[in-house]
Parts: sequence; C-alpha cells; structure tokens
Amino acid sequence: MGTDAASGVGLREPPWAWPRRVQPFMTLLRRELSAYFLSLTGYVVMAAVLFLLGLSFVQMLTGYNGEALEAPLTEVFYSTMFFWLILLVSAPVITMRLFALERSTGTFETLMTTPISEGAVVLAKFTAALTFYLVMWLPLLVCLGIVSLYTPEGSPFEWRTVASTFLGITLLGAFYVALGCLASAFTRSQVLAAMVALALGLTFFMLSFLRGPLGEAQGLWGVVANHISLLTHMEDFVRGVVDTRWVVFYVGLAAWVLFLTVKVVESRRWR
Amino acid sequence: MVQVESLTKCYGRQMAVDDVSFTVATGDVVGLLGPNGAGKSTILRILSAYLPATSGTVRIAGLDVATQSEAVRRRIGYMPENNPLHPEMRVREYLKFRGRLKGLGIAESRRRVDQVTEECGLTDVSHRIIGTLSKGYRQRVGLADALVHSPDLIILDEPTIGLDPHQIRSVRAMIQSLGQSRTVLLSSHILSEVEATCRRVLILYEGRVVAADTAENLRRRVSGGTVVAEIAAPLETLRDCWTACPGVERVDLAAVDGGYVRCRFEATAGQDLRAEVFQTVVRHGWALRS
Repeated sequence: MGTDAASGVGLREPPWAWPRRVQPFMTLLRRELSAYFLSLTGYVVMAAVLFLLGLSFVQMLTGYNGEALEAPLTEVFYSTMFFWLILLVSAPVITMRLFALERSTGTFETLMTTPISEGAVVLAKFTAALTFYLVMWLPLLVCLGIVSLYTPEGSPFEWRTVASTFLGITLLGAFYVALGCLASAFTRSQVLAAMVALALGLTFFMLSFLRGPLGEAQGLWGVVANHISLLTHMEDFVRGVVDTRWVVFYVGLAAWVLFLTVKVVESRRWR
Repeated sequence: MVQVESLTKCYGRQMAVDDVSFTVATGDVVGLLGPNGAGKSTILRILSAYLPATSGTVRIAGLDVATQSEAVRRRIGYMPENNPLHPEMRVREYLKFRGRLKGLGIAESRRRVDQVTEECGLTDVSHRIIGTLSKGYRQRVGLADALVHSPDLIILDEPTIGLDPHQIRSVRAMIQSLGQSRTVLLSSHILSEVEATCRRVLILYEGRVVAADTAENLRRRVSGGTVVAEIAAPLETLRDCWTACPGVERVDLAAVDGGYVRCRFEATAGQDLRAEVFQTVVRHGWALRS
C-alpha cells in the first residue's frame, strides 16, 4: 500500500514548505496554540478577562458621563487599573501549563527526543502563549471603539494612542509571559508554576513604587528607581508616547528571561 | 547500528550505569533485561539523546549521540516508559503532529501516518480522542509514534508494562513483526517477554552488564549448566577423573559425611552433563546419591 501511495499523483509535496530548521518550531507553535483552544483553561481565562474588561468599560463610561475629558480614551482605561489586574493574573495562568504539564505527564521526554532544539521549544511555547495573550486583549479594541462611537465630535479615540497602548500591552506581556515560562520550566506542578510566576510578576510590579521614596533622590538609586518603574513606562504608552528606551528595556528583559528558561530546560543535561 | 563503549552515568553520587559496553547489529532485536533500578531506562534515555552520559561514548549509525544529537534523534524512534501521550488530541492529529515535529513534509507525513495507522491496527480509532482509548490502543499509538518517521532504530522502554495478557500478546506480536525489517532495542524486567521477542539479550544488574548472549544460550546456561551430585569415591580419584572429562568446564569437590564427596560440575556452553555423570559413576561402580 505504502509504495503505491508514495508514487500517487495527489500526494506530491506542496511547492512551499518550511525550511528544515523552522518546521519543528512551527509545528510545535501550532500545537501549543491549539492546546489553548482545546482546553478549558483557555476559555476560562478569556471569559475572566472579558469580565474584567467589561468592568473597566463600565468605569470608562461613567467617567465620560456628562463631562468632557481632556485625556485620551486609552489613558482613561489605564486609570481604571484593570490593566494591571489582567496582566498580573492572566500571564501566570496562561503560562503555567507550558512546561509543568509536559513534565508531569512525561510528554516532555517524547518532545525532547525529537530533532528539535531546546531554544526552539522555549521560543515556540513563548510565542504561543504571547499570541494567546494578545488574542485575549482584542476585546479592549471593541470597548474603545464603542465608547468613541457614542462620543460626539472631537472623539478621543485616536488610532495612534491605541497603537502605542497595544505596543505597551505587548511589551509588558512579553516580559510577564517570559517570566511565566521560566517559572513553569522549574517545576512539574502547574499550581506551583502559577504561584511563582505571580510572585515574580508582583515583585517587579511593586518595584515601581520605589519611585515614591527614591525617585527624587540624587545619584544611582534615583536613576534606578525611575528606570524600573513599570507603572510610569505604561503610563507613557497609554498617552501615546513611545520611548525607545522602554521598548529596548522590555525586549531585552524578555529575551534575557527566555535565555534563562532555555538554560533551565537544558539543566537536565548537567544536573 | 549501536556501539556503546564504557558508558557510565551518575546521578549525584549514585552510580546508575557502570562501565557498560555492548553493540547492536543492524536488523537485530535486542532486549535489556534486569530488575527495577538496574539502569535499563537510563541507558535507553542516553541512547535516545535525552540524557547525557557522565562518561563513555555512544554511537548510533556511526553518529555520536552527544555531539550529533539532532541527527541521531532523526534516526531513532523512542517510546519512553509508561508511554506518555497528549490525551486531548485525536490519534491521527497526534501522529501527524509528531511526524511534522520529526521533520516530515506535509504530504509525506500524511502518507506515513496512513501507513503506521494500518501497521499498528489503529484504523478503527484514528479519529478518537487519545484520552478515551484503552491502554492497549494507547500503547499502539505510542508505537505508531515511534515508527512514524521510519527510523533506523526503535527504542522501546518497557513496552508491555501495565497491559493485560491479551494486550501483551498483541504488542509482542507487533514487536516481532517490527523486528523483521528494523533494528529494535527494548527493555523489560520479564524474562519470558524478552525470550519471546528478542534474538539477543543483555542482562543488567546494578548498572552492569552481567551476561550477553542469545536467548537460547542464556536459557541453557541457566537451566542445564550446573549439575550437583554426591558420589562415594576418594576425592583425588574423582578430581583426576573429572578434569579429564571433556564436557566439564570446572568442578568443585568437597568431602561430606559417610565417605561421599559433593561434586559440583559446570558444563562447557551448550552441554548437558547429567547422563555423562551417571555413565561414569556406573562404569566405576561408585555409589551415587542426590
């Protein structure tokens, strides 16, 4: 049967194909993404985020009720603080299963004995989680659209600030998803992975508040406190200010955390 | 196909595999036999490039497992112990995913998945969700996964663990048919299983290879190799008599009560000494007990 099928007319390879080194990555990425939509967790996360976005939407509406606001719509959304709640909680939940589940079921062994490198595995899982995270944020666009639809002329909905807000969401998301990957790579328990990711995420978030006591200080500590304040970075993004320093900061941090994740995944080789 | 040279693996201070060397010829079916904790799984994990060796070299199809790991992984099909699968995926979807992950093209993966589904008797369940399948079928999915990229070497870690007798028989039959065309290396702690499926056997104990031979020879060595008899004759006469005897590899003599001598004979490979011992005793007119 096999040889007949091999010479069959309809079974030729398509003219395009992924390069050999990219194909395992794309295959794993597809499987990881589909896993979110095949499991309950994906839908629970989306529903919860939708609920929180809805709450922030209500707050935005009441904020606009009657009086005209000077600030752009995205800034009004940011001031509701639901952004941080969603970011801090959803990233650990999205990422907790990535490595921990594979470790606990043993599929990690079947995965790592296929011709795919550790780096490609980490990158594929990270990309899948980040993509799901961004899909999860899409309803925000609808919320902002609805508000702008019902505000009279001089609409505060401006595509540039929305774009920069989404850039901020992506960059901070990349960092937090990377942190989640790292936490998940450490353990075979999903709960533990989520807790560690939440703790790490909260710690970085809390560092923003160092700016209060130290921000005015002269010298090194003042500079450091101003540079690691995630709150103010995001404030820039929602105002429509894209500071390349912060872009580099988050891309670099995410890359560094992913590098650590690769090392943790490789650690079975020298542990 | 496989050359293992003085392979050693330590987990911390614990020695899991201690200076193991063996070779597997192309087309052979070899079983690693040993109790739990003998180092079978560790050896197979090193061979499949999942774990690195502490020292020693492993070559598969001439490629070094440590330095050319990706090329090696392309050539082996590995099914770990307990056969982990993704329970939320469908059989066909899973096999295609695995085929693509192992570098098959789109059309090629479709063709190979069709082949292995038929080969492993999965045609009826190819659209079922893996989590709902019985253990026997899941084992077949694992085997199909190991075969999907037509590897040169198939490594199976405890392929029949946790199955009922009927399922064990069908999995064994599949392994035997695999062995017709491919090189297979499997591990087990059940002697009869290795005997039924493998042409050669390596017996492991506490991380060392204690015996390596064909299944038949090993059985002969275990069952017919040693004869113990108590013979009433002078010890020196007995020693002269038995050392001259061609079938006797080694003999231990110890005087016991009543003028008898306890003789423990070890035969050279493949010999059955029982009749020989009896004939000799009768010829000399000695008394014999037990």
